[in-house]
Amino acid sequence: MKLSYILHLADDALVLGHRMSEWCGHGPVLEQDIAMTNTALDLLGRARTLYQYAADLYNQMPVEQRAKMFSSVSLQKLDAAGEKAEEDTMPYLRDSWDFKNVLIAEQPNGDWAQSVARSLFVDCFYYYYFDQLQHCTDATIAAVAEKSLKEVTYHLKWSSEWVIRLGDGTDESHEKMQTAINELWSYTGEMFEEADYETSLRDELKLPELAAIKAKWQKHIEEVLEDATMKLPTATWMQKGGKNGMHSEHLGYVLAELQFMQRVYPSMQW
Amino acid sequence: MYSAEQLKVYSLLADVKDPEVPVLSILDLGIVRNVEISDQGGKQNVHVYITPTYSGCPAMDAIAIGIRMALTGRGFGSIQVTHQLQPAWTTDWMTEEGKRKLKEYGIAPPQRKSTEKLALFEEENIACPRCESTDTQLVSRYGPTSCKSLYKCNSCLEPFEHFKCH
Ligand SMILES: [Zn+2]
Repeated sequence: MKLSYILHLADDALVLGHRMSEWCGHGPVLEQDIAMTNTALDLLGRARTLYQYAADLYNQMPVEQRAKMFSSVSLQKLDAAGEKAEEDTMPYLRDSWDFKNVLIAEQPNGDWAQSVARSLFVDCFYYYYFDQLQHCTDATIAAVAEKSLKEVTYHLKWSSEWVIRLGDGTDESHEKMQTAINELWSYTGEMFEEADYETSLRDELKLPELAAIKAKWQKHIEEVLEDATMKLPTATWMQKGGKNGMHSEHLGYVLAELQFMQRVYPSMQW
Repeated sequence: MYSAEQLKVYSLLADVKDPEVPVLSILDLGIVRNVEISDQGGKQNVHVYITPTYSGCPAMDAIAIGIRMALTGRGFGSIQVTHQLQPAWTTDWMTEEGKRKLKEYGIAPPQRKSTEKLALFEEENIACPRCESTDTQLVSRYGPTSCKSLYKCNSCLEPFEHFKCH
């Protein structure tokens, strides 16, 4: 259960980080290209620590239990060869249904407005989430949360500013920003729905109460949208599934690119 | 407080530079958290603990190699470098000497305490490292590395980097 939870945190960071890294060389201006890639780097750094931790937990797990948890043939081959999992194992050798990131993280970049809207929603969630998670009883998770909180504070400042700048900008930028917020809205609900692995660990690890996070999140989003002269979407139907491995088709494309080298040249390093 | 062996290690670490800000040593930056020495059959094994400035800082691997290079061939036994995340690195650990070197190099050093949080849209007043003017403006929150942002001085018109308070 703990492994699933660690993978959920790591996958969120990896998949969103990968999406943001796709802006590298394509940003509207150099400074914002750099902003995207800097943030991507923070996210990948967070993912690396968590994947190392996940590999340690995986190595401690009995082999039969591993096979029950993951269907990936590559992982089974690793076990059969008696090799240990390492930092790269979980990101490179799992199939998409074993990924536990929220669906919003894998949504395509779209235009600039869609990318900053996605960042605003996720940054805001993790800002309040890590603020609580740094008191987690698991020392490694608490350390990652404490470190990441500093970084996400800065990310949130950046994404909030962009939503306000575009929302309160020209007619065209306002419309694009509002469209992006509306389109991504149905992907925000999943962040506040506890997966089974979270429920079972909540008391033991002192995990954040998602309902309390949601109230704070909602308040910040409302404030930003008000400053941006925009409307909070009213739709209540929400997408879900990513935290339990049910993904949109987009994740497959992300993994096809991300995992290509390791799939074609297993265990290669550079 | 420190043993003679520890002091020897620290003096060697003073020559290990941050590859992205080469005027700063890793001691100036405050990323060396601990140096442990253990005796193994007369050989002194060294264990250095470093903490990343940012989670994804690509300089960490180069710094770990730099530490090994600096300590190799100095009569120590094994040399081990461990990345430690907690407590999270803060610019408060940068030495005054380090801040002075940064400024001389043309980078405005962090000036607040990291515990003094700014409100969401509040900005710091950053002095130009060249002419000291505080009539400066933020050009971009993100610079060439995670730890820096970009500014412009309205008095001398020079652009400059600011090492962000973190
Ligand atoms: Zn100036």
